[in-house]
Amino acid sequence: MRFLSNKAVECLRESAEIPDLTGTRYSLLERVARGGMGVVYAAKDEKLQRRVALKVLDAPEADRDLANRLIREALVLARLEHPGIVPVHDVGTLNDGRVFYTMKFVQGQRLDQYIENVSSVTQRLRLFLRICDAVAFAHAYGVLHRDLKPANIMVGSFGEVLVMDWGLAKFLQEDTDRQSQIADPDATILEKPNKAGDSSGGVQAIATGHGTIMGTPGYMSPEQARGDVEHLDARSDIFSLGALLRFLLTKNSDSAANAAGKQHLGKALEAICSKAAAPDPEGRYPSVSELALDISRYLDGLAVAAHRESFFEKLGRLYRRYRFFILLIAAYLVMRVLILFFMHR
Amino acid sequence: MNDEDFQPGGDRFPPTRRSVIEGVGSIDAEERERALETLCAAYWRPIYKYVRLRWNRPAEEAQDLTQGFFVEVLERELLKKFDPKKARLRTYLRVCVDSFVSNEEKAGRRQKRGGNLAHVALDLAAAEEELGEAVMDPAAIPSPESLEEFFEKEWLRSLFSLAVEELREFCNARQRERTFRLFEAYDIEGEEKTSYEQLAKDYLIAVTDVTNALAWARREFRRIALERLRELCGSEEEFQREARATFGGNAR
Repeated sequence: MRFLSNKAVECLRESAEIPDLTGTRYSLLERVARGGMGVVYAAKDEKLQRRVALKVLDAPEADRDLANRLIREALVLARLEHPGIVPVHDVGTLNDGRVFYTMKFVQGQRLDQYIENVSSVTQRLRLFLRICDAVAFAHAYGVLHRDLKPANIMVGSFGEVLVMDWGLAKFLQEDTDRQSQIADPDATILEKPNKAGDSSGGVQAIATGHGTIMGTPGYMSPEQARGDVEHLDARSDIFSLGALLRFLLTKNSDSAANAAGKQHLGKALEAICSKAAAPDPEGRYPSVSELALDISRYLDGLAVAAHRESFFEKLGRLYRRYRFFILLIAAYLVMRVLILFFMHR
Repeated sequence: MNDEDFQPGGDRFPPTRRSVIEGVGSIDAEERERALETLCAAYWRPIYKYVRLRWNRPAEEAQDLTQGFFVEVLERELLKKFDPKKARLRTYLRVCVDSFVSNEEKAGRRQKRGGNLAHVALDLAAAEEELGEAVMDPAAIPSPESLEEFFEKEWLRSLFSLAVEELREFCNARQRERTFRLFEAYDIEGEEKTSYEQLAKDYLIAVTDVTNALAWARREFRRIALERLRELCGSEEEFQREARATFGGNAR
């Protein structure tokens, strides 16, 4: 038996991981990223002469659970045609038995990297509204994302926002009453427990008595964290959006950490974050549109539904909203007083 | 569109090999022996090197301990006690090795034990040579974490070496010696990476032939390595985790 050098072992590992694209219309360009269940490569579609992103399982061919999840992700993306959701082009099985799909190659930055250069709260909130748009669209088509977090949002070079990684997505029942939107437990894609002790902030999956916990700590709703899959509905994503909103505003998704760090959002924004990420689903916004509406109200200087203002808070808000006119009137009045004063001297 | 349209793998792959955990506990002596051989083939090198470094034993003693350990595995049915839910097989074996060497030390024993391993060729000279190639400098591995990492790396090296050997035989049996040579030149030997164009020139073939040959060889290498890996895991769940760690980025 021949001795393999460290370099040879590494090289073999990388070579064996390279997807076998023979017989497909794609040629491999480079590895872009590694996700929860697969690797994303940049590839060239030889027929259409364009760059695409190719996502392929890194698991063995026999892992039907993961293969099914990847296929389901492609099907979810195919169903959701929206400017805020990355479009899928193709799905299939490679010669090496691994399932793959191709999608639009998004050139841009992850949300957490992008906001480093965005200091304006207004701009961040407008960004958040675009995320809400995409998620609300998915909910309207009966799909829960279940893993909304900064790493799964891309901002393109023209400022377009794309919600990525629908690998944990869940189809809601087709005939769901929109008021409750109860998820179909049979449609849950079960995943086996992840490597013990893996708390790298990535997706975690832990088998429970109810079902399987899948999601990212800090962004996962309490009911999702309990593996209570029968009762997951749109409000679970709303919890994640609440955590995402908090992250956008404070760079931290945890409200307790924010309080400890004394990062003040202002009462209205704090109330919106808290309502969206309330531990009890009943306490959250009933839909993403309601959450987006409250953010829009805030941006327009109107009272938000999540927070009952005191008289002075109302005055302060009205002042901020009509500052220009108030200052104009005040300047006019001062001028009038001064004129009267000089006339009577 | 149906999920079955994307049935991965299909029937191209041979049936799954049986896990050594089940094999070693089998009532069939032949099956038991084959399982132990498989286990030994994959683990003797990492264990031998680990004993040399972790326990700082001279070559001859490390050899006896390595052989003794595999006999112990069989005699005390250590694999029956292995629970894949609690640990990976190689972690379990490494802990067993530590316990075995420690017990041997306390008892002041050093017996030559070969048992059923007589027909598993332990190329100790080669292993010593490999150890000498400074896989990791013994002086630079004081912490248990480093030794654990060392054992993991050696285990992976052993797994891949066996897979490469099997791939060579597989290629020879199908008159695809050239394919193996291309794979060897590009994926194993090249200290300075050669190009597909250069290989095409060297072998007087088209670049597309090089591409196809390498894709085939890698596919088969992956399949063989995964089959061997499956044999060395205690459960399907462990295999899936190990496979992702081996070919994914988790093990790095």
